[in-house]
Amino acid sequence: MSTVSAQIDTKAVSHEHHDASGDTIFGFWLYLMTDCLLFASFFATYAVLFMNTAGGVSGKDIFELDFVAVETAALLISSITFGFAMIAAQGQKKGWTLNWLLITFCLGASFIAMELYEFTHLIEHGNGPQGSAFLSSFFALVGLHGLHVTAGLIWMTVMMIEVARRGLGNATVTRLSCLSLFWHFLDIIWICVFTVVYLMGAM
Amino acid sequence: MSHNEIQHDASHGSVKTYLIGFLLSVILTAIPFYVVISGDFSKATTLWSIVILAIVQIWVHLKYFLHLNFITESGRANSFSFLFSALIIIMVVGLSVWIIYASNAMMMY
Repeated sequence: MSTVSAQIDTKAVSHEHHDASGDTIFGFWLYLMTDCLLFASFFATYAVLFMNTAGGVSGKDIFELDFVAVETAALLISSITFGFAMIAAQGQKKGWTLNWLLITFCLGASFIAMELYEFTHLIEHGNGPQGSAFLSSFFALVGLHGLHVTAGLIWMTVMMIEVARRGLGNATVTRLSCLSLFWHFLDIIWICVFTVVYLMGAM
Repeated sequence: MSHNEIQHDASHGSVKTYLIGFLLSVILTAIPFYVVISGDFSKATTLWSIVILAIVQIWVHLKYFLHLNFITESGRANSFSFLFSALIIIMVVGLSVWIIYASNAMMMY
């Protein structure tokens, strides 16, 4: 009798645990949806200000599409490598999870490095965010995305340490799932950025 | 059991679904870059093609990378909350652009 109730107890506990991780992921998804609204307001700001160049440079003068294409490729490849990390994590393969996370981290870091290079290049040539309403909204929008990616990289570092030390328990996999949502979500934002800012700006 | 498998596939994805999503998004990224860089097309064609391809690519990412679906309960919850935010986003961005462009036009700016 006691073993039966113990079994029921463990079942109930594991069931609850499963629900809790589902709730965590859904809660994180709702946060991402509010983050979408933050980006939406930055996109709206950019859309109404991009023509106000105050006699300075416009998108056509400063955007280098080849460079942006490489940035985009780095982010896109990092999306699938993170996908492979998640598959490895669900299969409880610790080594592969860490390898794929490390590759994803390197791709994300090179994206940020390229973005920083682009920003310093613009500022050195006197096209800093104070130059015009266009430049302000450009730096705000692209910089906001860059800050998110940087936060994702910091989070990824923490997760790599956690996976290396504690292995792939339920709680850790749930956290990895949240980071996965965050990372793929940032890729979707980047699709909007390269379409609205770079491609439309360079037309 | 089979229900569990469906749920598993829909909420996690496999190597195959990730590869399909990746290939589609490479194609959907390459085309708009090519269209703009080559400059072979009229302005209207270029604009519409990059906007439509971006929307298709967002859908690909939502389906293959974020595993949004209408099959599982959690998938439905995620999908409907996304659709709600998409509605708000379209209103925020669309109406802002409409108002400011209309006011610019009235100011003959």
